[in-house]
Amino acid sequence: MLEIRWHGRGGQGSVTAAEILATAAINEGKFSQAFAAFGPERRGAPVLAFTRINDNEILLRTQIYEPDVVVVLDHHLSERDDISEGLKKGGILVLNSVYEPERYAKKIPNARRVATVDATGIAIKELGTPVTNTAILGALVKATGIVKLGSVEDVIRERFKTFAEKNIAAVRAAFAQTKIFEREGNM
Amino acid sequence: MKRVGLSGNYAVAYAVKMADVDVVAAYPITPQTTIVEKLSEFVANGELEAEYINVESEHSAMSACVGASLTGARVFTATSSQGLAYMHEVLFMASGLRTPIVMANVNRALSAPLNIWNDHSDAMAERDAGWIQLWVTSAQEAFDATLEAFKIAEDVLLPVMVNLDGYILSHTYEPVVLPDESLVREFVPSRPLQNRVSPKFAYSIGVVGPPEAYYEMKYQVVDAIEKSRKKIKDVDKEFGDKFGREYNFVNEYMMEDADYALVTMGALTGTAKAVASGLRKEGEKVGVLSIRCFRPFPKEEIVALLGDLKGVGVVDRAVTPGGPSNPLFADIATTLYEKGRRPLLQSFVAGLGGRDVPVDDFKLMFGLVKDVVKEGKSRPCVYVGLRE
Amino acid sequence: MSRLKGWKEIPIGGTIVEPGSSVEFDVSSWRTYRPLFDKKKCTKCGMCWIFCPEGAIKINDDGTYDVNLSYCKGCGICQRACAVKAITMVKEG
Repeated sequence: MLEIRWHGRGGQGSVTAAEILATAAINEGKFSQAFAAFGPERRGAPVLAFTRINDNEILLRTQIYEPDVVVVLDHHLSERDDISEGLKKGGILVLNSVYEPERYAKKIPNARRVATVDATGIAIKELGTPVTNTAILGALVKATGIVKLGSVEDVIRERFKTFAEKNIAAVRAAFAQTKIFEREGNM
Repeated sequence: MKRVGLSGNYAVAYAVKMADVDVVAAYPITPQTTIVEKLSEFVANGELEAEYINVESEHSAMSACVGASLTGARVFTATSSQGLAYMHEVLFMASGLRTPIVMANVNRALSAPLNIWNDHSDAMAERDAGWIQLWVTSAQEAFDATLEAFKIAEDVLLPVMVNLDGYILSHTYEPVVLPDESLVREFVPSRPLQNRVSPKFAYSIGVVGPPEAYYEMKYQVVDAIEKSRKKIKDVDKEFGDKFGREYNFVNEYMMEDADYALVTMGALTGTAKAVASGLRKEGEKVGVLSIRCFRPFPKEEIVALLGDLKGVGVVDRAVTPGGPSNPLFADIATTLYEKGRRPLLQSFVAGLGGRDVPVDDFKLMFGLVKDVVKEGKSRPCVYVGLRE
Repeated sequence: MSRLKGWKEIPIGGTIVEPGSSVEFDVSSWRTYRPLFDKKKCTKCGMCWIFCPEGAIKINDDGTYDVNLSYCKGCGICQRACAVKAITMVKEG
């Protein structure tokens, strides 16, 4: 089972991203769960969301404390140390950042792979607004290959209707621009 | 048939749409809102031909449902927590007047302090309202139970409450198999029920029941909910034949040769099962029993499945302050005592106000049940996850 | 006393299925006083008919009012309501 934790801010679409990924996995025939740690829903407040993906039925209904993957939608949050809390040894980080992935690999020894992408820049260019959820999905697919890029695009098309094509452009741009650092050797 | 990703709330909304309801009267409240939001969307865009009544409170929502149901319409509403509490007096009228209303109750804690997250205190406070109560453990079950609820309600003329845990089920996206609408119509055909307020018949409804009549009328509700057991079983069997999923009154997991078990309701069940499965691999003979039908309470099944165990832990997600025990524990203990079966019972409370109940908490509960059996004596209720 | 119906015999949901059953309910013996109507004083205003809580006032063919004694409990409200004092309450014999 793969467990993903999403960090974002209210209004960036973290919960929607978690749901799009889960729906894409379900459409591919897998089992998946997407949910959020709902709080008072305020624009700009930190938000946590979760996705589980598995080949068999998922029984667990708890929050995710030791994720395999951490995804950060907000470039300010990417700089915080607590985002990697509980990250499994050999885990993956997908960050919204203009910097090279090595910058984060150095301070987070648990991560085997770190991916960075300027999701804010891409979102502003493609959507005209800094809603980074669809861009970061492109980076996540590049870094993990957990679902096909086409599956994500299909869900976005179904869910966003009139805004679908712009969001798909953001997914593709992020997929192309994501930089990946892979740690060598045993962990 | 198609397999899609849906939240528990949307699964309920799709079931209501496929059941072709005639009237929806509801007032929004977190975390239920997305059910009636979706339904109003269905009505607005013509996918569902129903009367959607916007009311100014839950008290009015349930009152409108009672009135609509008396005309013979198929009626649905949804609520949570304070909304359910505000319906309180009308809930008793719904069962007393024998109106087959179906309601989704998305379980949420009751204030104070204000809390929008999950526990079972709302439904437990309406335990005695004369409603059939079903409890689900997944979005698929939420869909299935809602469909069954219409059939059960209309057959026994009692209202049915489908309980799903706020957020943990209501807002979690997961796979749901949606059957073809035509198959659903075969299962719950639209059938106008008797119109009990038609001017043609001039029936009197909602009359005074003086001391020489009230008792008999109340007993009719007691009798109807007792007899609903058979109907619930039949409807579930028919559902299984048609759609391939059967639920029964209880859901048993690894109970065949279990020495110890946890009894749960709702979303706690999944994690309990995952932990039990892990403990089995370590050689521990543990199982999980989840209550799907809380009213009527599955007495026979409880005695058969728990009667010969060494130890049973009952996990309540609600409290009865000052009471001898919490609501689920009380019912389990009463059922076993009546039949003279006495496994060691240990009471737990967990997850109030949306507190996450992680894997370690379930390990602790299974461990404690084993400990108290060794000690030969149960402990006072253990409040799992409570900070000292 | 006649035997009251058991729980299996009464209609469910407290429904009264026979319409207008209150017509069969005779309260003639409940009265101490009965109203007497003076047709000559009556102005046909209908206040007695409006105020009678039992619906026991009937309208005569000529538009004046009288009482249906099967349903009158003798409360005297019609007497109070009558502006021209056409109604007198007299003791039952």
